[in-house]
Amino acid sequence: MPETAQRELTFAQAIREALAEEMWRDPRVCIFGEDVAEAGTPFKVLSGLVEEFGAERVLDTPISEQGFTGMGVGAAMTGLRPVVDIMFGDFLTLTMDQLVNQAAKVHYMSGGTWKVPMVLRTTLGATRRSAAQHSQSLHAWLCHVPGLKVAMPSTPYDAKGLLKTAIRDDNPVIFFEDKMMYKQKGRVPAEDYTIPFGVADVKREGEDITLVATSSMVDVALGAAKLLEGIGVSAEVIDPRTMWPLDEKTLVESAKKTSRAIVIDEGYGRYGVTGEVASVIAEGAFFNLEAPVKRMGAMHVPIPFSPPLEDVTVPTEQTVFEAARKLCGKA
Amino acid sequence: MKTAEEAIKTEAAVSPELGIRLYRQMVRIRLFEEQVNELYMRALMPGLAHLYIGEEAIAVGLCEALKKTDYITSTHRGHGHCLAKGAEPDRMFAELLGKEAGYCRGKGGSMHIADPATGNLGANAIVCGSAGIATGAALTAKRLKQDNVSVCFFGEGALGQGVLYEVMNLATLFKLPVIYVCENNFYTEYTHYTETTAGDILTRGTAFGVHSESVDGQDVRAVYAAANRLVSRARRGEGPAFLVANTYRYTGHHVGDINREYYRSKQEEQEWKTKRDPIKNMGEWLVSQKITDAAALKKIEDEVRQEMKAAVEFAIAAPYPSVEEVDQDVYA
Repeated sequence: MPETAQRELTFAQAIREALAEEMWRDPRVCIFGEDVAEAGTPFKVLSGLVEEFGAERVLDTPISEQGFTGMGVGAAMTGLRPVVDIMFGDFLTLTMDQLVNQAAKVHYMSGGTWKVPMVLRTTLGATRRSAAQHSQSLHAWLCHVPGLKVAMPSTPYDAKGLLKTAIRDDNPVIFFEDKMMYKQKGRVPAEDYTIPFGVADVKREGEDITLVATSSMVDVALGAAKLLEGIGVSAEVIDPRTMWPLDEKTLVESAKKTSRAIVIDEGYGRYGVTGEVASVIAEGAFFNLEAPVKRMGAMHVPIPFSPPLEDVTVPTEQTVFEAARKLCGKA
Repeated sequence: MKTAEEAIKTEAAVSPELGIRLYRQMVRIRLFEEQVNELYMRALMPGLAHLYIGEEAIAVGLCEALKKTDYITSTHRGHGHCLAKGAEPDRMFAELLGKEAGYCRGKGGSMHIADPATGNLGANAIVCGSAGIATGAALTAKRLKQDNVSVCFFGEGALGQGVLYEVMNLATLFKLPVIYVCENNFYTEYTHYTETTAGDILTRGTAFGVHSESVDGQDVRAVYAAANRLVSRARRGEGPAFLVANTYRYTGHHVGDINREYYRSKQEEQEWKTKRDPIKNMGEWLVSQKITDAAALKKIEDEVRQEMKAAVEFAIAAPYPSVEEVDQDVYA
């Protein structure tokens, strides 16, 4: 095995490496957003890119999310491949017309003549003590809209491979990064690789229950799986990696095998990602299921500031473990 | 706010050939729109139709100053912009009727005509919805050194949308070759613009360091002259511009808006139609300059009428897309 195959990077470094490699590969790729250049974003994900590629390709913008997202759509239609940076996923509210009415519909409305090869990178995730307007996980909103693709990496390896695929895709892709994962380390090959959209990854094989988890909830599910092992329950953990396109087949096959499933996502449960995935499993694996498919998401409250309050709003290893134990009849 | 009467009048150096072309292009838009009205009244056209009649000088004056590779974005009242930028009436009518032969294979309709071949990034049914797109196209032109400019058409109703001011700010910061063209037809749907627009219109541009001018939107030569000036400075890398053109929407907000007296008088409509008509006035100018005569102008009108009639017939006869088309083109 080559030495680089064992190299470890943080999640943030993996994102940065994917961007740098794609910018070297394709001069049309550019980045814009608030504090993306010298500051390298508040999370320091983009540090050094402006020095490497210049201020023409790494553009600091004013605080005008709608304006520069719209600019991204037009730039993408006419020959650039912009990667738009929206610092906090909560600010997606400000970009919605550009994403939903413009980016998502240009290709269809124009009868397939104009394309929008744009990536919008943004964050999700609570427990950073950032309160109600900097902690939401709003990815389900975008999954709802035909014309958009939605990627949610859960490891540094997936982050690099999925981001490269996103940049090479001719459609608008919304790329969600959990801001609590930027410092997490993992194996990332130095060489060029991509991960296809619509292909789920089995993060852990198991026999008794399927835990479908997204983004940072994958680690939560893996932790729960370890706890479950202690009581003799073998859990399979699956990460869809892209919420659209969605690898329905892998999810259904796993649920058929294990006969039980929990879907865990940090967005709100109601009308959310967990509802969609649970429905796919319920329809596809109905005759093999021993229990109703369970959903776990953020509590239906604005994310509170106070730490003890915030911590109970999101699924944890312990709550997932408890739910799985109950579902498996292990009281 | 400068009124049309006070607007900067610039006599353009218009050659006889160009003068005739400007006239013909305006006639094409007007007769296209008259056909749209008729199609609608005969219940042959589904959906909505927002006519550009009365405003022809703006689209023609601007687009005649552009190259084919320059970009435009248009609005729900966009037929004039699309035609002026080079779209063919037959495929436009086909789109308006939802036919496969249309510019968007019937998937866009009247409010979404787009055409890469003529640099038309698309008409947009969200008021001010294309301001970001036009600005982004200018960013591409600058980054890839393409020598293209981008023209963003919108009505005065768009002045109420914040995104316009966001992109004006961006365009000045990045010195982008984009021209924001405000067609002030005085009515934001059914409401006079003075009831919806505080302060001065032109200074909305100057506040962001955008070179701003106003022009009489009924005078195609003046619009052409202003367009040439603004396009040239954009191509020279001197940055964005804002052009306010006062004009008048002869018909309703859409073709179904027939009884309009609750928001404007018939007398006001009549005055614009008789005294400020861009086609009539240009025709009179061409005759006064001995560039042409009334008979030749009549011939142009007859030719265009034939062109539009044939285009409509093409569209009516054209097939609808097959239903299998419905989920094609969602993704590239």
